[in-house]
Amino acid sequence: MITTFRIRRFNPETSPSRPYFQEYKLDTDRADTVLDALIHIRETLDESLTLRCSCRGAICGSCSMRINGHAALACKTKVQVMASERGVVQVEPMNNMPVIKDLVTDMAGFWNKVRQVQPWLQPAGQEPEGEYLASSESMNHLTGVMGCIMCGACVSDCAALEVDERFVGPAALAKAYRFVADPRDGAGRSRLLALNEPGGMWDCTRCMECIEVCPKSVGAMDRIMSLRSRGIQVDVPSTCGARHAEVFADLIYRKGRLDEPMLAARTFGLRNFSRLLSLLPMVLRAFVRGKVPKSGPFHRAIPGVEKMRRLFQRMEERL
Amino acid sequence: MTTSYEYDVLVMGAGLAGMRAALAAHEAGVRVAIMTKVHPVRSHSNAAQGGINAAMTDRGDDWEEHAFETVKGSDYLADQDAVETLAQEAGREILTLEHMGVIFNRNEEGRLGTRRFGGQKRARTFFVSDFTGQAMLHVLYEQLMKARVPVFEEWFVTSLVKDADGRCAGVIGFEIRTGQFALVKAKAVIIASGGLGRVFEPSTNALICTGDGMAIAYRAGAALMDMEMVQYHPTTLKEKGLLITEAARGEGAYLLNRDGERFMKRYAPNMMELASRDVVSRAEQTEINEGRGVDGCVLLDCRHLGRRLIQERLRQISDEVHSFAGIDLVKEPIPIRPGMHYQMGGIKTDVDGRCWDKHGVWAGVPGLFAAGETACLSLHGGNRLGANSLLDTVVFGRRAGRCAAEYAREVPTPHVPDSTVGMEQQAVSALLSRHDNRDSVATIRHEMGVAMNTHLGVFRDQEGMTTAKGTLEALRDRYSLVGVQDKGQVFNTSLIRALELGFMLDCAETIVCGALLRRESRGAHFRTDYLHRDDEQWLKHILLYHQPGGSSRVEYLPVRLTRWEPKVRSY
Repeated sequence: MITTFRIRRFNPETSPSRPYFQEYKLDTDRADTVLDALIHIRETLDESLTLRCSCRGAICGSCSMRINGHAALACKTKVQVMASERGVVQVEPMNNMPVIKDLVTDMAGFWNKVRQVQPWLQPAGQEPEGEYLASSESMNHLTGVMGCIMCGACVSDCAALEVDERFVGPAALAKAYRFVADPRDGAGRSRLLALNEPGGMWDCTRCMECIEVCPKSVGAMDRIMSLRSRGIQVDVPSTCGARHAEVFADLIYRKGRLDEPMLAARTFGLRNFSRLLSLLPMVLRAFVRGKVPKSGPFHRAIPGVEKMRRLFQRMEERL
Repeated sequence: MTTSYEYDVLVMGAGLAGMRAALAAHEAGVRVAIMTKVHPVRSHSNAAQGGINAAMTDRGDDWEEHAFETVKGSDYLADQDAVETLAQEAGREILTLEHMGVIFNRNEEGRLGTRRFGGQKRARTFFVSDFTGQAMLHVLYEQLMKARVPVFEEWFVTSLVKDADGRCAGVIGFEIRTGQFALVKAKAVIIASGGLGRVFEPSTNALICTGDGMAIAYRAGAALMDMEMVQYHPTTLKEKGLLITEAARGEGAYLLNRDGERFMKRYAPNMMELASRDVVSRAEQTEINEGRGVDGCVLLDCRHLGRRLIQERLRQISDEVHSFAGIDLVKEPIPIRPGMHYQMGGIKTDVDGRCWDKHGVWAGVPGLFAAGETACLSLHGGNRLGANSLLDTVVFGRRAGRCAAEYAREVPTPHVPDSTVGMEQQAVSALLSRHDNRDSVATIRHEMGVAMNTHLGVFRDQEGMTTAKGTLEALRDRYSLVGVQDKGQVFNTSLIRALELGFMLDCAETIVCGALLRRESRGAHFRTDYLHRDDEQWLKHILLYHQPGGSSRVEYLPVRLTRWEPKVRSY
């Protein structure tokens, strides 16, 4: 089958150096991956096409790129599956990081953020003579997150990073979880304290893109949620993120639906006048358009809210 | 304008051996840096799936048994003192890795658990699901970050540098991102740049495994030893030659021929599917050649293992087989065949990684060390046991790092004129400025790979190998004329592939040279014109030294036997 590849090219050495799309047509078969095709292009059509690739087996994490708009490993993505989506296969470098040339991005920022979570085991106490004792379940659980190959796909497609460069991002947080959940690590609390700061675990917007694009099913967002609940469990000082979660749950428990103004007010703190005042223009604009939801005593509990509360009780029994 | 850097020890390569060496040198208190052509976690050590061997004496295992099985696996070509060191230091090294944070599988008591691997009677393979190499590689990189060892990331080494006395003085390389050359002075250099798999087509190896370190050491005057010993792994995926871990058979998978017969019973009645790799690969190839295969393959059957075990212990290959071959391990057998996997030979070193000659003095380049697949002690002799390669990287990576640090403390800083960089740069510029002659690096590489796989595969003979030699000569001529299309400085992978091909041709020539010299069948080197092992003539290593003009100078070195006399090898 003849497939059209639309590849974003960029060469900083030409002037003017602007990215552009170049098309190549190739005969592909059912087994071909996007990486096979790109290698074929550079070996037969255009030697200058530049990408990183190595293992061909989804284990080294070199060939992450955006294929038809989503980050993926080229070596794990079948050409014809992609071609059937929209007729052409569009290949671009990863997002949320600078491009060096063609499909090669600069991952220095990625690694700086990984380093930020102090990604090494920090055991408590004396090193044992033999191995650390640890349950089989705990180690098996960690294989899920240790399967991360640091390819950058989750970071490329992270919606929060797109608007907030300070966010440490899904890959680094998944790495942090790997240590927080490791029974041999003794620095869990200080790790969670650090992640409680702005840019840390509360800045994820839960868009699920990282789960969607991860080629190794690491489930970064789920790990971030686990970090948050562990944070609340060990009473890391209350931040907006933690309070948002707690107030959310409390409001639902009491009224069976969300009281949005109250959620904002209690999250920021009822005595946090400056922050609440800063919300005033937005509230006024919403008022003019008749969009301020009822709140406080005017916001009634839903009928049958007891059933909702029983759900909460059942959840707590399970925990 | 060139920049220059200075360290006590420079490590080339950041796989398991390289990082372990760098950490050991760092702990010994010297200034150490790593130069690597890919980011450390992209290294090919990632691909080691099944596990790492160690006979832990505190749980009833016996290091001598591990050593003996390694020697037997090697078809008695391994140097037994090196094997003893490996087996004795294995347990300690596993614990070090565990303390660093490797999430080894546990048993019910929460202690380290094991699985069985080929060529060994006892379960002594420690593992992390089926991505043990990756799990170790990422942990060593964590330790490297913690220790703040400087890494020249995505730098390509073009040659070793020697001072006026011929001592190792560092390396010359360029930063791939900018194309800028630099001289990195070092009192000791440890080459840990991995294997040469891409010399063969197909191969389980990553595209970066191009024998750079072996060729660089060889050109500088070090000896390459036992290069003819190339391992074909019994289970590689039909489609692209990707690896299916031996752990599948370790966990109980069967090998079947077209008739559904577990054919290994005819070749290795005791060990069956878990005989050593050369034996299993030959059995498979025989089945295929004699018409009992399925489309050029035999079948690996995991169906009876059950979904739960597969999910827990073979998850990675289950995903791999699903995405690359569209097969569900639980429901269907997988078509597999033997495929080039590992180079037992390499830069000749002693047990401390020193590139010493047979008299125990520096051969060629004083101050040069090697570790991992690049090196040849010889530990693996004619055939490496599964799960011994990871062990090799950490035990001998550590020893090389420590010894290089000690060496660097004793020698003065080498003097090298900055002009050496200019000469190297000119050679690369000359290659870059060659005109396109309608030939291509990719074509030459492909023809080399196919010739090597056809004539230096599981079965070899004089005629085929002579053909391969002729092919390589012709390809060498074409290589000297081939042009590079991309003329840029920034991230020029076209240039890198051209330089790598030069290294690969050197490696290929030494493989053919060694294989033609060794007139016997031993381990992975099986000659249909010399069917038997010949201990009288060939219980010795073949050492090759580079000579200007292409041919190699040959030396022989008797195998060091300590406690095991060669015996008939059966499984």
